[in-house]
Amino acid sequence: MGRASDSDSDNMDSGESITKVSVWDLPDVPQGKLLSHLELKRTRVFCASLAPTNTENVNYSGAYASMGVDNSVRFEQFRNNFKVEIMRLEEDELEFDMIGIDPSLANAFRRILIAELPTMAIEKVLIANNTSIIQDEVLAHRLGLIPIKVDPRLFEYMSENDVPNEKNTIVFKLHARCKKGSERLRVLSNELKWLPNGSELILATESPASHSSTKPKTYTSFSSSQDTLPEFSNNPIAPKDADIIIAKLGPGQEIELEAHAVKGIGKTHAKWSPVATAWYRMLPEVVLLRDIEDDEAETLAKKCPVKVFDIEDIGKGKKRATVARPRACTLCRECIREEGWDKNVAVRRVNDHFIFTIESTGALPPEVLFTEAVKILEEKCERVITELS
Amino acid sequence: MEHGSFEDQSKATFSLTDEDHTLANALRFSLNQDPRVTFCGYSIPHPSDARVNIRVQTTGDPAREVLNDSCQDLMLICENVRDTFNKATSKFKTEKGLSSMDIKN
Repeated sequence: MGRASDSDSDNMDSGESITKVSVWDLPDVPQGKLLSHLELKRTRVFCASLAPTNTENVNYSGAYASMGVDNSVRFEQFRNNFKVEIMRLEEDELEFDMIGIDPSLANAFRRILIAELPTMAIEKVLIANNTSIIQDEVLAHRLGLIPIKVDPRLFEYMSENDVPNEKNTIVFKLHARCKKGSERLRVLSNELKWLPNGSELILATESPASHSSTKPKTYTSFSSSQDTLPEFSNNPIAPKDADIIIAKLGPGQEIELEAHAVKGIGKTHAKWSPVATAWYRMLPEVVLLRDIEDDEAETLAKKCPVKVFDIEDIGKGKKRATVARPRACTLCRECIREEGWDKNVAVRRVNDHFIFTIESTGALPPEVLFTEAVKILEEKCERVITELS
Repeated sequence: MEHGSFEDQSKATFSLTDEDHTLANALRFSLNQDPRVTFCGYSIPHPSDARVNIRVQTTGDPAREVLNDSCQDLMLICENVRDTFNKATSKFKTEKGLSSMDIKN
């Protein structure tokens, strides 16, 4: 069916110059190879002036069986075609190209990055004193959103019946007071002080007088100090950014609290998401369908707001438009908006080429986040396999 | 996880709990690449239940085995992605001489 409709459109393109050819004289459909227009449809999304078309992927292995083309992807084939190119790698940001992969997998990685990779975030806040104008619950919420620079792989999840111990909880203390008669005070995230020995607040049920000899029970039960661990001994746990404003105190106001951070995932609450965001876009492809010269070239270059096109001299005072920076294309389709221009320029996207960007909040470097995300997808598969057998 | 198949092993619906589009769509892709699969699709019966149903129909092989193979395939692909990615990052780092970025893993 696809072929029939395509030959129709071919005829329309050639316009008046149709010469009648007997069906029997037409060449055979080549076997074992996709026709060029089908190959284009298989590998590209077209960005027409009104809307993107051909956005669906052909997944079914037998889709091109009638042409003798096997559409199944063997692992060998995947391995030979798959490529990764790092474009930019900074402390908290990573941009790379993933080539030769299906959108379903690229999207799985993105979803896992956002919602299923664990980090540590403040979950419980014990407020000893808060005379500031910011309410307890709002303050607790603000504290929860502060990214903490610590490797979550060193901690365990705390389930409902667990007691907070050194393996699943990080305790911070915050005590800020604005003296009477002084200026307003800003409480910043660097005032969250890590307590490697756990909570210092004595449990409310404990009567202070009774056990004077034994250590009074607190809100956590640490069996050892966290700073004896080699990972933390030279590298104290602290918020990733020191300059996040938590609250502002007026003269005479005071905040005294303890914040308990636990491990969690972004699905439960966005504060546990390890990425500010993670996204991808398909590689834009801009093709000039005919030579665009002189004045037309100038108009085309001016149309594009991100300067995808350049103008080159081809001698004899003639100029020609070229596609210089297709990667910059935002697919605004400004170049094909005017009547007739879609015959000159084709804007497409490459189906299996993803420009992937990860912005880490700082708990883990972005490249580690990506490998962890892939590992989580593997674990999911493994779970299905064990449950099947 | 359960599956609804009776005498005919070649058709089955697999119900995965605590999963969503992340795994189901990736598995659908992997299943569709298998020439033994005649039909495959997934649905999330209710958005507030953490559950997906994956339907697999094959040319004759037990659907369970085909799904198992697809999972294996997906794992191989993931492993390869991880490998390629790690190679690319280490290559990039050596080229750029980002020795200041101390990454332990």
